[in-house]
Amino acid sequence: MTESANATRPIRVLVGKPGLDGHDRGAKVVARALRDAGMEVIYTGLHQTPEEIVEAALQEDVDVVGLSILSGAHNTLVPRVIELLHAQGLDDVHVMVGGIIPEEDAEELRKLGVVAVFGPGTETEEIVRFTRSCAREA
Amino acid sequence: MSLGKAVLEGDRRALARALTLVENQHPDAEEIVRDIHGHTGHAIVVGITGAPGVGKSTLVDRLAGHFLAAGRTVGILAVDPSSPFTGGALLGDRIRMEGRGSGVFMRSIAARGQLGGLARSTPRAIQLLEAAGRDFILLETVGAGQSEVDVMGYADTTLVVVAPGLGDDVQAFKAGILEIGDIFVVNKADRPGADQTARELRQMLSLGPRRAWRPPVLSTTAQTGEGIGEIAEAILEHKASMERDPEVGVRHLHEAERFLRQAVAEQLADAAVARAKASGRWAPLVEEVAHRRKDPIWAAREIVSGEER
Ligand SMILES: Nc1nc2c(ncn2[C@@H]2O[C@H](COP(=O)(O)OP(=O)(O)OP(=O)(O)O)[C@@H](O)[C@H]2O)c(=O)[nH]1
Ligand SMILES: [Mg+2]
Repeated sequence: MTESANATRPIRVLVGKPGLDGHDRGAKVVARALRDAGMEVIYTGLHQTPEEIVEAALQEDVDVVGLSILSGAHNTLVPRVIELLHAQGLDDVHVMVGGIIPEEDAEELRKLGVVAVFGPGTETEEIVRFTRSCAREA
Repeated sequence: MSLGKAVLEGDRRALARALTLVENQHPDAEEIVRDIHGHTGHAIVVGITGAPGVGKSTLVDRLAGHFLAAGRTVGILAVDPSSPFTGGALLGDRIRMEGRGSGVFMRSIAARGQLGGLARSTPRAIQLLEAAGRDFILLETVGAGQSEVDVMGYADTTLVVVAPGLGDDVQAFKAGILEIGDIFVVNKADRPGADQTARELRQMLSLGPRRAWRPPVLSTTAQTGEGIGEIAEAILEHKASMERDPEVGVRHLHEAERFLRQAVAEQLADAAVARAKASGRWAPLVEEVAHRRKDPIWAAREIVSGEER
């Protein structure tokens, strides 16, 4: 078969907004930045349940799940997403979180396995760079 | 257990992995396709195409809901273009999906621009969903490029979706879209001008060649689900009509011939390019073509024949 196939495999990222807040500007900006960096971004839209996000991550076989949460409900939503990912055997999926997250909460999320927490002022370049480092092998 | 077997047993994670391998044209995909091949060919594959924003995804979601309610299983492949500059893609068709859980298995596919890549991976992705037991497979593509239109060749029934007030309707019809439609859907029937669009469409279709199957023009408001039942019925009627059609056997042969020819072309091309690369003649020929010192057709002859010209 073509020898180039796997070397050029684009990173697949799911960008989702769990919870009730209706502000998806930030999520869209990040989604576009990741696309412009050559990634395949699956954008699932607003008001997703953790179950929907994890089912989408499974079906889309993504390397990374990016959660945008501005509602303040990160302490319940993120652990639930991680729990469901494990329940589905999706242990190799990296989880990133963006939003207004107090540092002590961020620390807790990292302990749960979140690989990065990005605050409001984060440069998209940094998010792109970090996402790239999460690419799955093979 | 092999990935192919796991797919056959309905393991969704295995299905997702297998789809990735097929999409990446990974060498392991060959074995998976071989393992499942005997378990394919029974699903009804419905293509849904049309201009950006006419409501294809919303329609796909409602159709999926309709078939689910009837106790059937559904797979969805939603193809979107990749950026020719960065290779990236924003795949947003899931936004329209109403949390149908695992009853629907949906995969977003970036067209990835490589020549024939989509044409290669799409039939295999369809086979995987069939092997995983999906009764209906809904294939959404933006009716933009030729490769997307080609992909519709894999559908048993093709829905061409239009919406009123897009302004470019008539042009879109000219671009060969009348020929590929088995069912025409005027979506956004809640908007002004829908009746007019339907009328124009019917008129144009009446000018076309007479076939055993006369493509119906149906109106929907996908957002509310209005008219979805009629679309589902038309899909089944079209299938029944195809089965009655004495030409259908001939068409299957043509189709098989097309697949085989394409597979042969791919394998020969891969082998010839690999040989040219190994002998060091590939890069210089690419250069010569780039500088217009050589015509690509002649360069290709050299590669295929292995002789310099
Ligand atoms: N008024 C009205 N709006 C609709 C209807 N169906 C879909 N829409 C809206 O049209 C917009 C586009 O719908 P999609 O289903 O995403 O359209 P699409 O053809 O899949 O779009 P692309 O995949 O981007 O080409 C959304 O805002 C929908 O809510 C309808 O029947 N009536
Ligand atoms: Mg769509």
